[in-house]
Amino acid sequence: MPEWLIELLITFAKIAVVHGVLLTAVAYTVYLERRVSAFIQNRIGPNRVGPEGLLQPLADVIKLLMKEDIVPERANRFVHALAPGISIIVALSTIAVVPFGDTIELFGRQIKLQIADVNVGILYIFALLSLGVYGITLSGWASNSKYSLLGGLRSSAQMISYELSMGLSVIGVIIISGTLQLDEIVYAQYGWKWNIILQPVGFIIFLVASFAETNRLPFDLPEAEQELVGGYHTEYSSMKFALFFLAEYAAIIVSSAVIATLYLGGWQFPYLQDFGLPQIVTSILQVLTFSVKVVALVFFFIWIRWTIPRFRYDQLMDLGWKVMLPIALANLLVTALVVLLLK
Amino acid sequence: MEWKLELILFVLLSVMAVFSAIMMVTRRSPINSAIFLIINFFASAGIYLLLQAQFIAVIQVLVYMGAIMVLVIFVIMLLNLQDESKLSEQFSYKKLTSLLLSVLLFCLLGFSVFFGFSGKFTSISGEAEKLGTAESLGKELVLAYSVPFEIAGLLLLAAVVGAVVLAKKSFD
Repeated sequence: MPEWLIELLITFAKIAVVHGVLLTAVAYTVYLERRVSAFIQNRIGPNRVGPEGLLQPLADVIKLLMKEDIVPERANRFVHALAPGISIIVALSTIAVVPFGDTIELFGRQIKLQIADVNVGILYIFALLSLGVYGITLSGWASNSKYSLLGGLRSSAQMISYELSMGLSVIGVIIISGTLQLDEIVYAQYGWKWNIILQPVGFIIFLVASFAETNRLPFDLPEAEQELVGGYHTEYSSMKFALFFLAEYAAIIVSSAVIATLYLGGWQFPYLQDFGLPQIVTSILQVLTFSVKVVALVFFFIWIRWTIPRFRYDQLMDLGWKVMLPIALANLLVTALVVLLLK
Repeated sequence: MEWKLELILFVLLSVMAVFSAIMMVTRRSPINSAIFLIINFFASAGIYLLLQAQFIAVIQVLVYMGAIMVLVIFVIMLLNLQDESKLSEQFSYKKLTSLLLSVLLFCLLGFSVFFGFSGKFTSISGEAEKLGTAESLGKELVLAYSVPFEIAGLLLLAAVVGAVVLAKKSFD
């Protein structure tokens, strides 16, 4: 086989494996959310389908696929169908630049555990993130319903506001590691030098902004049930609704992966490379380390949702523009000064 | 092989860009026009990527698709333009002027392409490949072009302050 064909096949294999794992993880995050929320509210949660309810996600998927697909009469049919697609594509493509391990040696070939090593990795993530607004905004507009429209408008205002502080907090990380490439950022966090220690303020801002970007409580105003019925996806049913649902949970997992990569050392386990283990064992341990970090963050997302009540809309905007943005700017200034002085 | 793949991608993206541009101008509903404009921006970002200008491509997506077009759609949704179907079909001087100007622009572009094209496609050299990265662009911006860069920053600041003053109805 020619060399380029092998490269192409490896890339396709990576895409298939990563997205297979991601979609399975999405299904089980929904299960985890239901079990954890039940635990927090002193209930039992889904425990009937399969042992401990472990087959519940499968049952849910079958149920959603079999449901009738209803499109409102005066909706814009094309945009109505397009919007969930945009949401899921954006959520799934972001994972392409996240490195989930160091280079691994298989069958005498060096394989990088990352789908695409993009030179401007962080900007790629932000570009896709900014496209995520379209899925929600267009679904709100196309449904031709006031609740959907309000949800769509709220979410676009919210996502634009929080994107700013998110971007500014990441610049601190970029200054410290001196690169936009995600794998280089992970390499720079060798040993104890995780960015959460070097950039604690930036980490908190990024974490809070991630909650806002994924529309999770306490920032879930786009779908606030008490005010908006269901928000932007009120008029969706069957698999189109399921796609929004999938996109939301995929966004949680991808955000967790990005946070882990930028601030928690990515796949680095402190000083693991110095233990003198065989290369293949080291690689597997690194992938495991990364998975543990991501799962812990996903659990944190769920934990917060069932603990903290929702913000009011003006509080949300005040927090974004009057608190987070100034702090992010100050953090950026201090980081730049310190890096300049230490050089 | 790679050259062929690039050519296929280029043809695909250009067809997409031209098609979406035509659709954008001819659609009646403003929201459909906006969607086709977004597709057009996406296609041009892809073409930038083919030219090894990764940074420009991502910024194109980030700024034009992610920020400006979101605002445009936001405004269309808020204003809820109902009477787009009633737009007048009559002759007006505005239309005549725009027609003349677009013919002029088309001639200008066609002229430069027709006489500027050397007759063969050249592949991108190693130097150009490096030029498109964020590192080299950043270095050029803050070292060689620092004064224009700062002036552009000041202009943007003035625009932001102006926008805040205009948006704020009263100062307390």
